[in-house]
Amino acid sequence: MEIKELLTQKIKDKLPDVQFTTVEFRSELSIIINKKDIVKLCLFLKDDPDLAFNFCEDVTAIDWARRNQRFTVVYHIFSMKNKFRLRLKCDVEEDDCKIDSVSSVWKTADWEERETYDMYGIHFNNHPDLRRMFMPEEFEFYPLRKDFPLMGIPGSLPLPKK
Amino acid sequence: MGLEAKLNQDSFFTTTIDAIAAWARKNSVWPMPMGISCCAIEMMAVGDPKYDIARFGSEVMRFTPRQCDLMIVAGTVTYKMAHVVKKIYDQMPDPKWVIAMGACTSSGGMYRSYNVVQGIDQFLPVDVYLAGCPPRPDNLLNALIMIQDKIGKSKARDFQDEPLTEYPIHIKN
Amino acid sequence: MEKVTKDNSRSKILDALLADKDITVEDALENEMILNMGPQHPATHGVLRLLLRLDGETIVSCVPELGYLHRGYEKMAENMTYLEFIPHTDRLDYLAPLSNNVAWALAVEKLIGIEAPPRAQYIRMLICELSRIASHLVAIGAFAMDVGALTVFLWTLREREKILDIWDILCGARFTTSFTRIGGVANDIQPEAIAKADWFINQFDDNLAECEYLLNNNRIFIDRLEGVGVVSGEDAVQLGLTGPTLRGSGVEYDLRRDMPYLYYNDLDFKVITYNEGDCLARYFVRVDECRESAKMVKQILSKLPKGNILTNDPKKVLPDKVEIYTKMEELIHDFMIVNFGINPPVGEIYSAIENPKGELGFYIVSKGEGHPWKCKIRSPSMVNCQGLPHMIKGRMVSDVVAIVGSIDPVMGEADK
Repeated sequence: MEIKELLTQKIKDKLPDVQFTTVEFRSELSIIINKKDIVKLCLFLKDDPDLAFNFCEDVTAIDWARRNQRFTVVYHIFSMKNKFRLRLKCDVEEDDCKIDSVSSVWKTADWEERETYDMYGIHFNNHPDLRRMFMPEEFEFYPLRKDFPLMGIPGSLPLPKK
Repeated sequence: MGLEAKLNQDSFFTTTIDAIAAWARKNSVWPMPMGISCCAIEMMAVGDPKYDIARFGSEVMRFTPRQCDLMIVAGTVTYKMAHVVKKIYDQMPDPKWVIAMGACTSSGGMYRSYNVVQGIDQFLPVDVYLAGCPPRPDNLLNALIMIQDKIGKSKARDFQDEPLTEYPIHIKN
Repeated sequence: MEKVTKDNSRSKILDALLADKDITVEDALENEMILNMGPQHPATHGVLRLLLRLDGETIVSCVPELGYLHRGYEKMAENMTYLEFIPHTDRLDYLAPLSNNVAWALAVEKLIGIEAPPRAQYIRMLICELSRIASHLVAIGAFAMDVGALTVFLWTLREREKILDIWDILCGARFTTSFTRIGGVANDIQPEAIAKADWFINQFDDNLAECEYLLNNNRIFIDRLEGVGVVSGEDAVQLGLTGPTLRGSGVEYDLRRDMPYLYYNDLDFKVITYNEGDCLARYFVRVDECRESAKMVKQILSKLPKGNILTNDPKKVLPDKVEIYTKMEELIHDFMIVNFGINPPVGEIYSAIENPKGELGFYIVSKGEGHPWKCKIRSPSMVNCQGLPHMIKGRMVSDVVAIVGSIDPVMGEADK
């Protein structure tokens, strides 16, 4: 059976209470799920012997700049056994910017989630060490949000004196 | 060196001593490579056998600021890194010169964004600006020769009685 | 969350460093010290800051701090067209800039749904392999210099200058070339460049053997690197390492063979793997990959097909310069593409290639406008640096330099 049908079939069988929709574009499969199911699904995808998604490539977020469900957290995972790449997406509200961390499933997600927190302000629950990644710790804003200007906010980053 | 620096007039004796000291100083400029990003690779290329910088006397690229005269800032300076660059500049003993290598250090370069300092002359006194992204190694050698010409015209009394930079010391209780 | 000020911010990173409170010091006379291997250091391959917690000379824990070269690439990508971003991709992994150009061009072409003609694909493969050799030469040279063998650095840089001469003839710049375009490459490869590449490959093996002769049987080199910074295959996959760092730990994963792009299916090459997982294994992986890439360049040069170098798709691909000056339609297309950008369909893609450092991926989200809505760069150096605390724990301070050199991070890529 092809890997895409096998995947959807297995999720329907083993995790019946996880609701998901699939989108396919340019032969890439994306699965959109609810944010409370993310750790359960990731554990299942990693531990299943046929699917074996053992490699987490990327964790990031998109800011849609709209009132409802402003952010979408995106995970790219890869299965070395089947040579298949999958994308998982969860919507996050602006008022309740929290989602569970998958760093307990793949250690790669540790720094990637820190970077997402630094750039977008999305808080990851149960993360071992949630600090800012690139910007200095005293920085108050989240640079990749759509309401942050490209040139920055004057005075937010101090410069040494001449 | 101390006596003729205090004299305010130029006599035959002092100009000869100045010329000899300036010649010695300009032919043994020890650069401090502040290699931050892509321009650092061209700085490494200046040290390789094709564009030899050793023939100009600058072979020893010491990474400790205490032994260097010339700081070559090569690479994009961000706000976080600016404090580090300033700290290292303060640790260099006088006399010291600065080359701003590349477009990023001269004016922010192609990065007009929130984290890049748009020109290091906002916090460092720069002697030579180099254009290029990255400037070719020949261009860096040209800048070095310009600095050497500048040093060759210097006199001993330019370097005396400079005010000490006040560096704040944080004492934690 | 409480407001972070200058007073309590410094303690956050120290908290992360001192987090393992159950580490006890055995000897009462020894005490712990926190050492800062700062952003400016001769051997940290760029501006990487390492905070080390030492017990005597042994490292108890280590916290890397990035961000000293964060230039805001992803924010800038949201404000410029796909074509304008090509020079920015040069400066990501600045040791192999042509490889990054090819990665971006492939990602945007996948999003739009066009494909470059075969001659352009072969030229892209040629420059990818040449940049792999160039990047590995610097990696080997800097690595040997960090460990103490200064001569090898100058010899590998001499070889790299020859490759830079080839690129100079090809595109006019030594590096930071911006050579690829959406739909092909900028200009055709000249016969002088092909002849020079041929000459270079024929004399490359002997020169590399000269450098190896100095290092491979060197007692100090082997003692300094054997058994240092060991990562097992499973840990490497968990941590997300890619590239020579992963292949030095026994996991045979190479994007050129497993998720093929360009015309790598037509070439005959091996995926180099060593099983020990220490610094010496990673060094051997790099040297053997140089040789393998040299063989691939020979095959590519013999198989180079004839044809044009840009696809014929007027709304998406820049037209020829000669025609812009003489014909009306090409002028209008050029104006629209340069000012307003190519308009891809609404959607998102993720496309990755095998960069010399690992897997470089671009995740582009498009809303149908001329500039991307979001562009995420999956940089291999940042994820490889994540393996540093795992590798450094328990070693001594002098091993840190060797381990950082064997991972070979490039901070322009890690900090984006």
